[in-house]
Amino acid sequence: MEILLAIIIGTLYASGIYMILRRSLVKLIIGIILLGNGANLLIFLLGRIAKGAPPIIPEDSKVFLDAYSDPLPQALILTAIVISFGLQSFAIVLVKRAHKVVKTDDLDEMNATDEYS
Amino acid sequence: MMPQLVIYPLIVQMLLAIVLMFVWSKISWQRTISIVGSILNLGIAVWLFSSVWQHGSHTVQAGNWQPPFGITFVADTFAATMVLLTAIAGVAVSSFSAGSVIPARLKFGFFPIFHFLLLGLNGAFLTGDIFNLYVWFEIIIITSFVLLTIGGEKAQLEGAVKYFTLNILASIIFLTAIAVLYGLTGSLNMADLAAKVAAVENRTLVQVNALLFLVGFGIKSAVFPLYFWLPASYHTPPSAVSAIFGGLLTKVGVYALMRVFTLIFDVDPFLENVLLAVAVLTLFSGAVGAIVQKNIRKIFSYLVICHIGYMIAGLGMMTEIAIAGAVFYLIHDITVKTNLFMMSGVIYKIKANHNIKKLGDFYADYPKMSLLFAIPLFSLVGIPPLSGFWPKLSLISAGWTTENYMVIGGIIFASFVTLFVIVKLWGEVFWKTGEKLPETRNFPYFKKLTKMKKTQMMAPIIFLSIVSLYLGFGAENIQALSERIAFELMDNQEYINAVLRK
Repeated sequence: MEILLAIIIGTLYASGIYMILRRSLVKLIIGIILLGNGANLLIFLLGRIAKGAPPIIPEDSKVFLDAYSDPLPQALILTAIVISFGLQSFAIVLVKRAHKVVKTDDLDEMNATDEYS
Repeated sequence: MMPQLVIYPLIVQMLLAIVLMFVWSKISWQRTISIVGSILNLGIAVWLFSSVWQHGSHTVQAGNWQPPFGITFVADTFAATMVLLTAIAGVAVSSFSAGSVIPARLKFGFFPIFHFLLLGLNGAFLTGDIFNLYVWFEIIIITSFVLLTIGGEKAQLEGAVKYFTLNILASIIFLTAIAVLYGLTGSLNMADLAAKVAAVENRTLVQVNALLFLVGFGIKSAVFPLYFWLPASYHTPPSAVSAIFGGLLTKVGVYALMRVFTLIFDVDPFLENVLLAVAVLTLFSGAVGAIVQKNIRKIFSYLVICHIGYMIAGLGMMTEIAIAGAVFYLIHDITVKTNLFMMSGVIYKIKANHNIKKLGDFYADYPKMSLLFAIPLFSLVGIPPLSGFWPKLSLISAGWTTENYMVIGGIIFASFVTLFVIVKLWGEVFWKTGEKLPETRNFPYFKKLTKMKKTQMMAPIIFLSIVSLYLGFGAENIQALSERIAFELMDNQEYINAVLRK
C-alpha cells in the first residue's frame, strides 16, 4: 500500500510540475491542483497508515493498547484541502478574468509588467 | 501579567475586519473604523511588547491542550517586536489608504481585507506551531491576492497571475516540508520539534527537509533565484497596497527563515554556505536590477529584494552579532520600505506619473515635502546617524570575525549601489527641471484633494519618518533590543522552556 501511494504521489508531483512549466494558464491551474493533491497524499502517507485501527481508547483503559491510526494527519489534510479549495477557486476566477482583460492565455505574452519602462 | 495578552492582537484585527464587513458600502465609516482600530491595535502591541520586555516570553495554549499537543501561541521578544512593527505599519497604511485609495476600490471591501492581512501577519509572528504557521501564511497570501487584484486593471491582473503562481508554489513546498517533518518526528510544535529533529537518525532526510523549508520561505521572502514574482507585481496595485506588501510581506518570509533555522534545524556548514551564497547573489541582483529601472515603484521593488540580502547574510553567518544585525536591519527595513512606497504614492498623486525620466521639479514646487522625503531615502542608504547605518556595522563586523569576505563585499557593493540609485532618484525626481506633463482628465490630483485627505496621506509619512529617525538616533536602544532577540534566538532553551513549561 505504501509503495502504491508513494508512486501515486510521485506521479502527481511530477505531472503537476510539468503542467506548471507549460505556457497555458489553464494548464497552470491543473498543475497547481495536482501538486496540492500530491502534498495532501504525502501528509497522509507520512502520518503512517494503520488499517482498521481507529484512534479510540477502550472504556476500561487509559492508554492505547493496539496500533492506531494517527488522527492528526487527517485533520491536517482536511485543513489543507479546504485552504487549497479556496485558493484554487480564486485562481480559476483570476485566470478567467486575466484572460478576458489581457486577451491571451499564453504566459509568454503576459509580459507587460516585466517590460523595461 | 496576563497570558491572554498574546492573542489580543489577533482578536482585535479579526473583530475589526468583521465590523468593517457590516459597513461594507459606507466608505467614510470604514475609513474611521479602520484608523481608530489600527490605533487601538498599536496600543495593544505596545502593551504586549512592554510586557514581554519586562517579564520575558508569554505563551498561550489554545483550548488549554497541554503542549506539545495543542496549538501554542508564543510571544517572545522577536515575535512581540514584529507585532509592534506590524501595528506601526498598519496604522500608517490604514491612514494612507483612507486618503489615497479611490472610493471605487474601497467599495470592494479594501479595508476588511486589509485587516485580515494584518491578522494573518500577526498570527504568523505569534504562532508556535509549524502547521499553524502554514495556515497563517495562507491567510496572508489569499488576502494579498485580493488586495493585489482589487480594481482589476490589466497590469494588476497580469502581476497577480505571476504573484499567485509563485506564492502558491511556495505554499505547496512548505506543506510538503511540513509533511516530511511530521513523518520524521511526529510533532508539529516548534519547541518540541527542536529537540526531536536533533534526535532523528536519518540526517540526510533532515537536510533535504531543511532545504525544502529554505525554498518555500525563500520564495516568500524573495531571495535570489526565486524573486521574479516581486518586481512583476509590486508596482501594479495602489501605492497603499504596495506599501504594506513592501514593508511586511517579504519580511514574514525572513522571520520564518530565522525562526526555523535557529530553532528547529541546526545550520550545518553546507546550509550556511547556501544561505551566504544566496544572500550575496540577492544583494547583487537586487542592486543591479534597481539601477536600470525607470519606474519609481519598480526601483523600490528591486531595492526590497536587494535589502533582503542583508538579513539572509546575517542569518547565514549565524553568530550572535550577525543575527543582531539582521534583526536590526529587519526593524529598519519595515519602517523605511513602507514609507518609501507611500512616498511614491504621494509623488504619483502629484504628477500622475511613475517614470523618473518624466518627473522633476519636486524640490522647487514642494520644498518642505522634499525635506520630509529625504529622511526615508537617506535612512535607506544608511548615511550615519540614520537607521540603515547601524545594522550594517554589526553585519560587517560579524563578516570579519567569521572571515566571510564575500559577504562584506556584497554588503558594501549593495550599499554603494543603493546610494547611487537614491542619488539618481533624487536628481531626477527632486532637482531636475522636469518636462511639462499633460494633465490627465479625471485624475485625483493631490492639489485637488480636500485638506482631510491630504492630512491622511501626509501624517503617516511624517509618523514613519519620526520612527525612522528614532531608530537612527536611538540606535543604542534598538541595538540592545536586537542583541536580546539574537541571544534568545541563538540560545533557544528559554523559548523551549517557555512553551513546554519545563
